[in-house]
This record gives sequence, structure tokens and C-alpha cells, in this order.
Amino acid sequence: MSATSSATPIYNFDIVKKFAVMAVIWGLIGMSAGVLIAAQLVWPELNFDTPWFTYSRLRPLHTNAVIFAFGGCALFATSYYVVQRTCQTRIFSDKIANFTFWGWQAVIVCAIISLPLGMTSSKEYAELEWPIDILIAIVWIAYAIVFFGTIVKRTTSHIYVANWFYGGFILTVAVLHIGNSMAIPVSFTKSYSIYAGAVDAMMQWWYGHNAVGFFLTAGFLGMMYYFVPKQAERPVYSYRLSVVHFWSLISLYIWAGPHHLHYTALPDWTQSLGMVMSIVLFVPSWGGMINGIMTLSGAWHKLRTDPILRFMIVSLSFYGMSTFEGPMMAIKSVNALSHYTDWTVGHVHSGALGWVAMISIGSLYHLIPRVFGRERMYSIKLINVHFWLATAGVVLYIVAMWITGVMEGMMWRAINADGTLTYSFIEIVAQKKPFNIIRWVGGLCVVTGMILMLYNVIRTIRSDKTADESISSPAAQATA
Amino acid sequence: MDYGTYRGIYTIIMMVVFAAIIWWAYSKHSKKRFDDAANSILDDKDLKDSRKKEQQAHKD
Repeated sequence: MSATSSATPIYNFDIVKKFAVMAVIWGLIGMSAGVLIAAQLVWPELNFDTPWFTYSRLRPLHTNAVIFAFGGCALFATSYYVVQRTCQTRIFSDKIANFTFWGWQAVIVCAIISLPLGMTSSKEYAELEWPIDILIAIVWIAYAIVFFGTIVKRTTSHIYVANWFYGGFILTVAVLHIGNSMAIPVSFTKSYSIYAGAVDAMMQWWYGHNAVGFFLTAGFLGMMYYFVPKQAERPVYSYRLSVVHFWSLISLYIWAGPHHLHYTALPDWTQSLGMVMSIVLFVPSWGGMINGIMTLSGAWHKLRTDPILRFMIVSLSFYGMSTFEGPMMAIKSVNALSHYTDWTVGHVHSGALGWVAMISIGSLYHLIPRVFGRERMYSIKLINVHFWLATAGVVLYIVAMWITGVMEGMMWRAINADGTLTYSFIEIVAQKKPFNIIRWVGGLCVVTGMILMLYNVIRTIRSDKTADESISSPAAQATA
Repeated sequence: MDYGTYRGIYTIIMMVVFAAIIWWAYSKHSKKRFDDAANSILDDKDLKDSRKKEQQAHKD
């Protein structure tokens, strides 16, 4: 391996391959868990009268699997790929990178075992108990060492903007995870938060909303700034805007958490601050979204032939939509209607399925043939079918949730002339049934798309059509 | 200094920093560097070289 010392690097794609394949597999598993619990909301007997399959235990399994297993593996895969190629150097340490892979898979397996058994710290998106939290912290610090180590040994002078977003994501998630997971263990499987009362709630949603802001946004914006220009074969619309985008996004997101705690014991001024900062956040979000979409300006025709690019551009449209919806829902009077309803669930899924999953899927379709040395994906037609299944699934899902969300919000607040509630809770649940079926169908479409993706990936890896000396351009991929 | 004054000064500092970032990003001075950076990712030569070297390493 003496060749590594010369000017052109040999990249470590082995680590990228492992994370990329696991992202697809965990995506399928995590989304299938979501479809199961969506079905339970219509047919409750699907918990088979066991404690392990109850909604309350499978729901955190679903969220952890899609966010941290699927999203996490996609972020590891793309960040290791992007940082090596933009820094034109091999990854900082193969051994530590391998440790992050096996460590992260161990975290996921521990989650899959412990959550159905009912072990939980009961903090949303941070349910895992303290021994797993410690493992996450160790893996994450190793990740930071590999990523920033690679940046330090780069052979290019400039640090490309995607790396700034990935770096911001890695650094902030370390701080958030360690800060929020501080707990006093009472046994190997049970611990209590060191924070109490309203402070605990504030810490939880400082973590929770920045899990959205940094895990589910900054990291995936890193993906956007690399893979959208690559797939479109054009430089990003405005590199200058990307610089302003980065600094404004990371300095604003951190304050938005209190909008999860409107009308609670949190001090009123903190709620108002969270609301104002959430509204301001609209500006950098849309700046970034426009920057990504406008990268295609002058080359819109590519959307007609390239389903990978279609995944990316539609993901940005969903990003724009949910970052408009989010600030609106953070307004206290709107939140009074929307909070605790399905509207929130619809909002999260337009972000998670529309933005996060679709930009990841597009990036993975771009990256997988390249790291496996194949000319292109096995079937471009199947990518197109996947695209339409995913889009139809997300639209069915979020429209159903908007309807049930507003409906149940209105029904909960309806009162009779004598001040009593007009509707009992169970009456409202019954009203939601048809829409819950639509939501389940939407989820089924998304999962079917993931099955096609897994098949396509397997056939791509097993095909013997290697990319000889040239790596085909996206345009050639699309027309092939 | 009381809390309100501290917050006021902090807000002014952040506004100045933000204005400075915009000025820096959009200054003529940075334009060429940023254009080069934006174009830097489009070349796939590094990928081909890496793959060739890897095949070479396997043969050796």
C-alpha cells in the first residue's frame, strides 16, 4: 500500500459500501415497523396481545430505526465518501472508521432488543438506556476523529461546503447527545435524568429539535451540496449563498426547541423566544432549498430523463414545504390547534420521508455504483418506479395526517353551551379511522419502493458490468 | 452589567458578525476562490485514478 503516499489517493470505499448497504436494509426494516404500527392504529389486535408488540414499545423502535439506523448509516456512508473525495485523501484511519461501523450496528441491535422489552428513558428520540447511550457517545467521538482527521490531512486548500455541514452535524450531535443523556443509573437497565421538571423538558427539546436541525437537516444538507451538483453535473447555484446558509442555519436552529413546549410550565418568555427564532429560521431554510433547486437552472430537462435527480429535487421541494409548515406551526396560536394532533405527525413525515429519505435515496443511487465500481445501477426503470411509489406514498400520508390533525384539533376544543366537551375522546378516534387506512396505504407504497431499491442494489453489486476506465456521467446513466 | 444589557450587547455583536459574514461571502475578493471551490467537485479524475491504483495494488 505504498501507493497511498503519492499524489493521487486510494480511497477507502470499503467503509462507504458497508454503511450504504446497511442504510438500505435498515431503511426497509425501520419503515416496515412504521407500517406495522400504522396498521395497529386501525386494527389494534395486531399487537397479538403481547407486551413486546404494543404500539407504545414499537413506536420508539420505528423512530430510532428510521432516524438513527437508516438516516445514520446514510450519513456515515455519504460523509465518508464526500470527505475523502473533496479532500482528495484517504480516510484518516481505516481501523477507527471500521469501529464506527461495527459500533453503530451494535447500537442499533441493542435498540432493537431493548425497546420492545420496554427499557426506555422515556425521552423522545433519546429513549435508549444509559449503557447504550455511552456506546453511542464513544462511537460518535470516534466518528468525529475520523471525519475531522480526514479534513486535517486533506490535500486540497479549500474545505468544500458539504464538509462544513457534515462537520457541524457531527460536532453538534455529540454535544446534544451527551448533554441530554446525562442520567443517574439505578440499575443496568434503568436510569433517571439528572435534570428535573421544566429544566428537563427544556433540555429534552433543546436536544429534540436540534436532532431535527443537525441530525436530520445539517447532515442531509451536506448530502445536498455534494450530490445534487454531482448528479446535475453543474456547480451549486451560488457558493456564496451556501456560506451564508451554513452560518445562519447553525446559529439559528439551536434556539428553536421551546416551540415543542408551548402552553407548558416553561417560562412564557422562553416559549415566545422559541416561537420567534423558529419563524426566523424560515429564511436560511429557504435560502438553502433555493440554492439546491436552482442548481438545476438551465438544465431542467435532465429531470425528464433522470429519476435520481428527480428524487433529489422532489426532496428539496418537500424540504421547502416542511420548513414553511414548521415555522407556521411554531406560532403559539396555530400550535394551540396543532399540538398533540396528527398534524405534527404529518409534518414530521413530510420532513423525514419527503426530505431526509428522498435525498438519501437519491444520494445512495448515485454513490452505490461508484463505490462498487459499476457503470450504473442495475435498473434505471426500477429507480423510476421507486420514485413514483415514494412520492405517492408521502403525499397520501401527509394529506391524511393534515385532515385528521385539523379535524381532531377542532373536535378536541369543541365545547357545548354549558362548557362541557362536545366529543368524547373515543368518538374522535373513530372519526380518524378511514384516514388512518390511507396513511397505512401511503406507508405501504414507501416500503414497496424500498424493497425495489434493495433488489436493485443487490443486482447492481452482483452484476459483472464494471466501470472500465470511465465512470459514466449521470446523463449517460439516465439514457442507458 | 445586568442580564438585559448583556443580552443587548450580545445581540449587537451577533448582528455585526452576521453582516461581516455576508460582506465576506459576497466580496469581489472571495469570488474566484468560491467559484473554484464550487467547480472543484465536478471532476471525476480522482475516482478513476484511485480505482486504477487499487487494481494495481491487487496485482502487486
